[in-house]
Amino acid sequence: MQFKWRVGASQKLSQTVTDRRSVRRRDAFAKVTGRALFSIDKTMPHMAHAAVVRSERAHSEIISIDFGGALEAPGVLGVVTGQDLVDMAPRFGHIIADHQILAIDKVRYFGEPVAVVVAETVAQAADAAAMVWVDYRDLEPFMDAEAALRTEQLIHNSAYLGPKGGFLGIEANDSNRSNVAHTVELNWGDVEAAFAEAHVIVENRAHFPMLYAYAMETYNSIADYRGDSLHVISTAQHPVMVRKELAEIFGLPQSAVRVEVPFVGGGYGSKSYTKLEPLAAVASKAVGRPVQVTTDFEAAINTTRVDSTDITMRTAFDAEGRILAREADIIMDTGAYADNSPLVLEKCANRCFGPYRVPALRVHARAVYTNTSPASSYRGFGAPQGALAGEVNLDMAALQLGIDPVELRRRNLVAPGETLIAGKRPMDADLLADMETVAAALSQHASPEVPGIRRGRALALSASDAGASPISTAMVRMHVDGSATLLTSSTEMGQGSNTALAQIVARELTLDINQVAVGQSDTLFTPYEWTTGASRTTTIAGLAIQAACQDIWTKLRTIHANNLGIEVDTVTASRGALWVDDVPIAPSEVISEWFGAPAGEVVGVGIIRKSGSTEMLPPFWEVGVVGVEVAVYEDTGEVVIEHLVVVGDVGHSINPDLVKGQDLGAATQGLGCALWEELIYEGQQLTNPNLVEYRVPRFRDMPKRVTSVIAERGDGVGPYGAKGSGEGALNPIPAAVTSAVAQAVGVWPDRLPLNPQRVWALLSAAADEKEPE
Amino acid sequence: MSTPVNIAFELNGRKIDACVSARTTVVELLRDTFRLTGTKVSCELQVCGVCTVLVDSLAVSACSMLACDLDGTSLTTIEGVMQGTELHPIQEAFIETNAFQCGFCTPGFVMMTLALLDREPNPTVETTRDWLDGNICRCTGYQPIERAVQVASRRLAEIESDSD
Repeated sequence: MQFKWRVGASQKLSQTVTDRRSVRRRDAFAKVTGRALFSIDKTMPHMAHAAVVRSERAHSEIISIDFGGALEAPGVLGVVTGQDLVDMAPRFGHIIADHQILAIDKVRYFGEPVAVVVAETVAQAADAAAMVWVDYRDLEPFMDAEAALRTEQLIHNSAYLGPKGGFLGIEANDSNRSNVAHTVELNWGDVEAAFAEAHVIVENRAHFPMLYAYAMETYNSIADYRGDSLHVISTAQHPVMVRKELAEIFGLPQSAVRVEVPFVGGGYGSKSYTKLEPLAAVASKAVGRPVQVTTDFEAAINTTRVDSTDITMRTAFDAEGRILAREADIIMDTGAYADNSPLVLEKCANRCFGPYRVPALRVHARAVYTNTSPASSYRGFGAPQGALAGEVNLDMAALQLGIDPVELRRRNLVAPGETLIAGKRPMDADLLADMETVAAALSQHASPEVPGIRRGRALALSASDAGASPISTAMVRMHVDGSATLLTSSTEMGQGSNTALAQIVARELTLDINQVAVGQSDTLFTPYEWTTGASRTTTIAGLAIQAACQDIWTKLRTIHANNLGIEVDTVTASRGALWVDDVPIAPSEVISEWFGAPAGEVVGVGIIRKSGSTEMLPPFWEVGVVGVEVAVYEDTGEVVIEHLVVVGDVGHSINPDLVKGQDLGAATQGLGCALWEELIYEGQQLTNPNLVEYRVPRFRDMPKRVTSVIAERGDGVGPYGAKGSGEGALNPIPAAVTSAVAQAVGVWPDRLPLNPQRVWALLSAAADEKEPE
Repeated sequence: MSTPVNIAFELNGRKIDACVSARTTVVELLRDTFRLTGTKVSCELQVCGVCTVLVDSLAVSACSMLACDLDGTSLTTIEGVMQGTELHPIQEAFIETNAFQCGFCTPGFVMMTLALLDREPNPTVETTRDWLDGNICRCTGYQPIERAVQVASRRLAEIESDSD
């Protein structure tokens, strides 16, 4: 086609002026030109392709697998089954090693990998996979937590469930006498006494549905197993964690396992920890060639979904609306394998009661195995589930107590510096100020009254013990011309970390952003990073990078002192230069002089561990403070978001545009949870594992008005007072939408999503209540 | 195995003669044969829009069109949008408004915007939402993309009036 523009024409046009900290994304050119390489775009020489044969039963023993026909099919190089998982650890799982790479003796969910067919082409592998016959003996499937808790039959019944040594203080449940994968108890104060003396007790139940994160680049991996080493290219958020698990599976040194992560097409927590990498590696080991394993939409859901929860929340209030005690019972359906759900459960327990003063608390939380797709991390990590129960409970209480919901929260919110959970870092955010911002924004805008449309407004809050483990290393290489390259294993998956982290380097070394290069994670080159999750990158990796830059200045001072034959104490570093007696010299000259040629470089190393400012956990609280105004259409049950308000309480934003991007994106995913998204099992299998029936937010669903505010109070532990962002704006959204819809329809919904069918039913129920026959 | 078919078409302005199997889709041909990996695949059901390409200036889901049907057409992919060393104003607008995060959906959005502004140089909000409702983005919340379309529309109009 012919383009109506000419070369050079765009250059004279003015740029939209934003905050000068909002520099262009480093990945901008690659991403708008289609040149950004994602894992799915990568190949390896002599690469073969895999098709995964997946279980067509939810819970069955495998009697036999007949793949003779498949082996004979054109282009087929090999077929791998659970019987081939010899000379290796056949199960993985960083908390509970329960996850079999391929079904060994039984399958535990519909869609579980049973065999891998490897062939020259994707089509040949797929054709041959259809020729693999599996003979099953069916067991009773337990399709929800209630059924799995009721039965004596065990989904996992082997000794492999024993403790693995603990992960973040979580010990695996070694009493494998029930289908409970993990239990969390949280107790303080005298709950019984508080409830006995309560003025008002409010109880509610909330069902948070099974979701699929739908990162648009579905899971895929290439593995090249060479006997003494393994090279993997994958869609992993946490390359170093994956390296560790692969090393353990194959008995290789960690240094022999290379995990390379190109651009990641969306993560949202769903690409945390090990996924397809062992499957690709096993296939490569079997055929002696690099093998690529991919997933379509359905297979991706059957790789990892989001934990669903049923939470009962009880709160005791005094007459003034002060919380006396809260009690929560959490049942989380973790699916066939534990993966990261024990940690999600623990976080859900920590987050369900909200950022409020709770003198007495009892949380009883269980993650339960069922014969459904395995669940694991998702953006917010138990917080959206917990906040749904906890925040709606407060709004119900406000109504009963006759206190405005905002006022009720004012009376209970923890103040900056106040302890939320004993032994944890005191609150490092001003929740009250953030809430007033949201309340003011919500009340500034009022939609006109229209017959047939009902309206509701609500705000909601959450506080997450975020940042995960404060363990990070970073390397910054200052080249001889003074420019720098950052090496980090923090994964750029859209959040903009490569840009924000490069900005930290530029600021520390007094460089232009264009003088700082940063690539993707590759464990062969990039240094240790705990994870890319829990909104930790800017804060924790940022601190390590700051330390690495400081290390460069220390080394430059020493070098310069050496060059001049003077004491190092007489050299100072500031404003991008080394100074002796008011005489500045550029780092590039210092480096050249040291090496005796325009050559060499200075490498700075920074480490962060549980020490100093990051001694106390969590490294920071990630708070979520949001508000919504909804319109409910009486004749269709459709819910439209009239106004969305989000406050990003980030301490300091390295790049305000990126922060706002995270907030709006997270809030929009929250709207998806609230209004449309739900995986539905009917019998043993999912009825809607496709994008037609699994409805995600679309262009037309955009809120009619968005107010996005960044609160910068420098109260974070990270660089320049920064705290993390990325989950906070999602966490309270489902709760806020639920309360706003309740206000509009006059009944309290107890489950999500609030799709038109459900809201229509609520409207009918409300009408029936008003007009008894 | 399926029957091979000979096709002749234009790919980003270049004449191509190819022999494709009847079951090969356009996106498979682009990604696997020509290694033009800018066009992505996700839902495989014409819902998500990441595989959007232009066939004779019309936006098409490359995951659901057979390569053999390309015969006699002119195909434009994201790789054909830049001219020489210059980004297209639509690409510039996407950068300026931060209209992407992970970037996986971006080529599809750029192609759909190209088709939209080719047909409707000055689209209303309603028209923009109608056209782009067939492209999913999980990262941005869409608002920045809507701004990108507005900015691009304005730029293209300015360029048009400059060249008059």
